[in-house]
Amino acid sequence: MSLITPTRISTPAPAAPAVARKARRGGVPYAFLAPALVLFVLFLAAPIGYAGYLSLRKVKVSGLGLGSKSRTEVWAGLSNYARSLSDPDFLPSVGRVAAYGVIVVPTMLGLALLFALLLDANRTRESVGKFSRVAIFLPYAVPAVVASLLWGFLYLPRVSPFADAFEAAGFAAPNILSSSGTLWAVANIAVWGGTGFNMIVIYTALRAVPTSLYESARIDGASELSIAWRIKIPIVMPSLVMTFVFSLIATLQVFAEPMTLKPLSNTISTTWTPLMKVYRDAFVRNDIYAAAATSVIIALATFILSFGFLKLVGRRAFNQED
Amino acid sequence: MKKFAPLVAALTLLTVTAACGSSDDDTSTESNEKVALTYWSWAPNMDKVVAAWNAKNPNIQVTVNKQDGGDPAVTKLLTAIKAGSGAPDVMQAEYQKIPTLVSADAIADIAGEAGSLKDKFPQGSWNGVTLGSEAVYGVPQDSGPLMFFYRADIFEKNGLQAPKTWDDYAAAAEKIHTANPKQYLGTFSATDAGLFTGLAQQAGASWWGVNGDSWTVNINDAATQKVAAYWGGLVEKGVIDNKPMYTPEWNTALNDGTQVGWVSAVWAPGVLEGSAKDTKGKWKAAPMPQWDAAGPATGAWGGSATSVTTQTKHKKQAAQFVAWLNSDPEALKLLATTANVYPAATAATSVLTSPPAFFADQPDFYTIAAEAAKATKPFTYGPNVNVAYSAFNDAFGKAAESKKAAAFTESLATMQKTTVDDMKNSGFNVAG
Repeated sequence: MSLITPTRISTPAPAAPAVARKARRGGVPYAFLAPALVLFVLFLAAPIGYAGYLSLRKVKVSGLGLGSKSRTEVWAGLSNYARSLSDPDFLPSVGRVAAYGVIVVPTMLGLALLFALLLDANRTRESVGKFSRVAIFLPYAVPAVVASLLWGFLYLPRVSPFADAFEAAGFAAPNILSSSGTLWAVANIAVWGGTGFNMIVIYTALRAVPTSLYESARIDGASELSIAWRIKIPIVMPSLVMTFVFSLIATLQVFAEPMTLKPLSNTISTTWTPLMKVYRDAFVRNDIYAAAATSVIIALATFILSFGFLKLVGRRAFNQED
Repeated sequence: MKKFAPLVAALTLLTVTAACGSSDDDTSTESNEKVALTYWSWAPNMDKVVAAWNAKNPNIQVTVNKQDGGDPAVTKLLTAIKAGSGAPDVMQAEYQKIPTLVSADAIADIAGEAGSLKDKFPQGSWNGVTLGSEAVYGVPQDSGPLMFFYRADIFEKNGLQAPKTWDDYAAAAEKIHTANPKQYLGTFSATDAGLFTGLAQQAGASWWGVNGDSWTVNINDAATQKVAAYWGGLVEKGVIDNKPMYTPEWNTALNDGTQVGWVSAVWAPGVLEGSAKDTKGKWKAAPMPQWDAAGPATGAWGGSATSVTTQTKHKKQAAQFVAWLNSDPEALKLLATTANVYPAATAATSVLTSPPAFFADQPDFYTIAAEAAKATKPFTYGPNVNVAYSAFNDAFGKAAESKKAAAFTESLATMQKTTVDDMKNSGFNVAG
């Protein structure tokens, strides 16, 4: 892997005597950059800037607030942030997402790694490999909302075929959407949907490893298990780090699954996750300013967590490439 | 589409020229100017009702844009208002959303355009669109007086009569659940704030009010406390269910006979027809159980007006359409029979002669409904109903899950605090 380190091309460019040509050449990189820059500014930087601006504003209503001129937008300072952080629903929603992450990320990545290793092992590669790969990947192609509806039907005792099976076996069907089960119910959907994608990423990394490496390990007497543990896993470590960061970001942004399950249950509140609070503030309470403030907080937390993690593991994970 | 491109171009040119010619395009209404209006509504078959208008008014063509429901439509409208474009000309708006929409400057006052309509509607509905002022923020379309629906066969089997009072209801709930532990007379749904509001309204609550230049908020009053304690008690005893309504599970329960009653509103037949189609002919409608049998009262769940948005360029034509839709006898008949709504206009009683299909055996269905509509108690909604309702979802969701009556009554304090805090934070004058 260390072979692909880019080397500077030292051949000097042909001398450019004319000033005009120099100037034209100076503009070329910018011309190439322009589409990306324009898109970045229009669709990323500007909305982020606008959200930051909104988070510092608020609406001031005067009197009964019923006339058309009774609402004015004023500066709010940091009061939206203060309200957001001191909201009694905010910290519990953060805690809930943390617990959700602790369940989802290790389970999903563990399964993804296991499946990738199994698929990569010689004996399954030829026969069922292709089918299994597609079958494991397929849930990722199901939109989160559809997946949540599908699982929602499976969770509700009265419409779930599992409940019938439980009853036929003489057990009471468990109420999965109860206060103790909801977190697991939501986590299960995420694991179901996300494992396939992560499996493909890890599997692709495994396939890039030259087989000569395994052959020499085998000649040295390594078992399949120790090949997996001592060679394959260290080699795919960068992929694992990448999938971990993606999963971390997805965890902080969990929204579609609990939002879809919410009407089916008493146990999912309107502020069940931080993003649901953003949605509630913006679209239920019609307070885009508080929503903007919470969004900024979530964005910062995501930024700090993912870059913090990369910095923490960066050297160890990528040291083979240095 | 391509075929018409030259025509569209020509029309655009005409419109531009016309706009240049007049000083104020709001008032430029040439008698044969063609106007296209969009109308957001979630009532079924509204396009068929509107087709009758379109046939008679070639110059004011209305297109119905079907919405998912009251909440998503309001969210979309408020977003469009904020964005400055994208709102329809005409909009179905639930009564409890009108103060919010007026406050957000999303719907227009059409007092000058709609003509005199006041006498065509019951006082309660008309009050919902004027908010007690001189302005008219829409024309009442339908009302949703609360009624009680029950499985007559199950009641007969258990030797029960339709409950006259809430004590009767509690006794019936207990008897049915004891006789068959799988059966419930009802459920307390923490996802339906509108129903709970109607129940509080029946008990005499009016959560918001205007006192001079400031709002009052009374969610945690004695009447609402009484209602919360009553339902909390039933849930704690376990004689009614605690699961939300409008879930696949609830639909199944209605259909397979494990939910044998429903405190709902006049529009319930349409829902039952979809959810409980196997039980057709077994249901009966009755007036609401009462707190005081001597003074019958009821609340409302749902009901909406048709409003003209502030973004329309054709306020006058939109107001004409809205007035026709909700007060013309032909439109009322179509609304009642095709769109399955219970028109708010008083003239509607004459078009509602036969009962809804799902209650075909009950000829007095609309007599009961009309009595209920008359007995609807006054109720004032505030400018942040959505905040109170989402607080209801969260607090009562927890309470229903805990199955503790005390948690139900405590939830009202949370709702009151959340609602008042939100209003104060926005700068509304709030008394107390």
